[in-house]
Amino acid sequence: MPATTTLAPVTESSQELRRALTAVDPGRRRKDRAMRGVIYGAFALAMIPLVSLVWSVLTNGLGRFDLYFLTHSMRNVFGGMDAGGVYHALLGTVLITLVTTLISVPIGILTAIYLVEYGQGPLARAVTFFVDVMTGIPSIVAGLFAFALFYLLVGPTRSGLVGSVALAVLMIPVVIRSTEEMLRLVPHELREASYALGVPKWLTIVKVVLRTAVAGITTGVMIAIARVIGETAPLIITVGVTDSINRNVFEGNMMTLPVYVYRQYAAGLVPCAPGDASCIATINYDRAWSAALVLILVVMLLNLVARGVSRWFAPKTRA
Amino acid sequence: MAQRIDAKDLNIYYGSFLAVSDVTMSIDPQSVTALIGPSGCGKSTFLRSLNRMHEVIPGARVEGTVAMDGVDLYGADVDPVAVRRQVGMVFQRPNPFPTMSIAENVLAGVRLNNKRISKGDAQDLVEQSLRHANLWNEVKDRLAKPGSGLSGGQQQRLCIARAIAVKPQVLLMDEPCSALDPISTLAIEDLIAQLKSEYTIVIVTHNMQQAARVSDRTGFFNLAGVGQPGRLVEIDATSTIFSSPTQQATEDYISGRFG
Repeated sequence: MPATTTLAPVTESSQELRRALTAVDPGRRRKDRAMRGVIYGAFALAMIPLVSLVWSVLTNGLGRFDLYFLTHSMRNVFGGMDAGGVYHALLGTVLITLVTTLISVPIGILTAIYLVEYGQGPLARAVTFFVDVMTGIPSIVAGLFAFALFYLLVGPTRSGLVGSVALAVLMIPVVIRSTEEMLRLVPHELREASYALGVPKWLTIVKVVLRTAVAGITTGVMIAIARVIGETAPLIITVGVTDSINRNVFEGNMMTLPVYVYRQYAAGLVPCAPGDASCIATINYDRAWSAALVLILVVMLLNLVARGVSRWFAPKTRA
Repeated sequence: MAQRIDAKDLNIYYGSFLAVSDVTMSIDPQSVTALIGPSGCGKSTFLRSLNRMHEVIPGARVEGTVAMDGVDLYGADVDPVAVRRQVGMVFQRPNPFPTMSIAENVLAGVRLNNKRISKGDAQDLVEQSLRHANLWNEVKDRLAKPGSGLSGGQQQRLCIARAIAVKPQVLLMDEPCSALDPISTLAIEDLIAQLKSEYTIVIVTHNMQQAARVSDRTGFFNLAGVGQPGRLVEIDATSTIFSSPTQQATEDYISGRFG
């Protein structure tokens, strides 16, 4: 007998119950173990590309990644010179993404508010349908659309703004979708509580619905930014390339990080003269890897900021 | 503060479905009127038509008149938002705003309407409303803490404080205790008894003992069958309803013989 006190005497029926309660179903055990293995395996499989990607970007990119690289452009850099940086591309990516966000977030959030709070009937259904269609637009088509739009309006032109419009076409549906979902998560009771206090509908939406959902909306916007910040093809068409710093999004070619990576990698090995010690044959590859590292860091930084914002605004339940 | 409400020939629809038919009743000021009846008989729908919350649901509409001190709340020039400032409401499930602190929840009616209020006035309003809701002593040391950290019963009293901070004439309560334990329920019932000196109170409840305990008058709603509109069977002094109702259906319902 174990040390635990047994209150009732052990009878035939209680032993039968004990058998029933402790009986092991070997089939279920086996299935459980098998599924566990499959799930862990799938997880490991999914981690392989991520770890490998981070590893190769770090090992190849850290070599040239320094303050000089971050603060210099490619102006007057040629051949195998041990010089050149990513500043102009970093600036271009930040500015173009900023303008894209300024275009997409108001349109996206207002559309989502319409769909959740006001939309009924054929118009809302049509908007939902076309948002779905927009989600599937290939990025190169968005680039051609923006280029053609500005061509018709002002003639042939390339600028950061044209690129921002192209990226906005890609970003708007993502913002709408995620914001819509977040707004639908806000309990209807909160809206009613606000109405019952004599608060008009628009103030209820601004101060209760959006305020309650702001953490989720921020996360959605960050995901949408991450979706467009790595776009290359539409930017080659709409923004072009440059080796110099251009701070003006309304005029002239700009460089962006993904395009920079592509251009550097495409340039390939430098044919150095034999015995020329100042010529680095792999300089273009090195810059491409370092720029890729910069791009990853930018996205990571944005994610951290978004997490901070979400945490700050999230509804607090603990006293 | 309190004012009377007269509903006359009220038909309430959801789209083409007639949910409540032909209700005529008077609600006295400074009294508690309880509405009882089986689920789906339209008590809550009727209650929500008294502050025009009903029409928040798409397709919902009302025929007939609801007059507050002779003014038809459904008149063409009446703003539903203004109606809701005069007729406050407490819901079945406590619903404090999760993003706001206890004090901010009490001030929600003021702040959400973008009205300016001085810090001193705000503090006074918070204290006065929470005292009225019998919650002040429990929360006075943690006014800046989130409202959703309170217990269910405290949250419901917070919601009552929030409703009376807007200084309404009438307070509607839609099963305010159905999500609460007996002790919290008792606290809310005591509160109702105190509040009726200042407000006209209408309470929907499934708990007949509660109706008998807190109300001066009781109305019994019933429906003939599924898909049929709910009707007001009778309304009378609570003691009369529970001792000698004139309608057989009322007697069956309160004595538990109801199918």
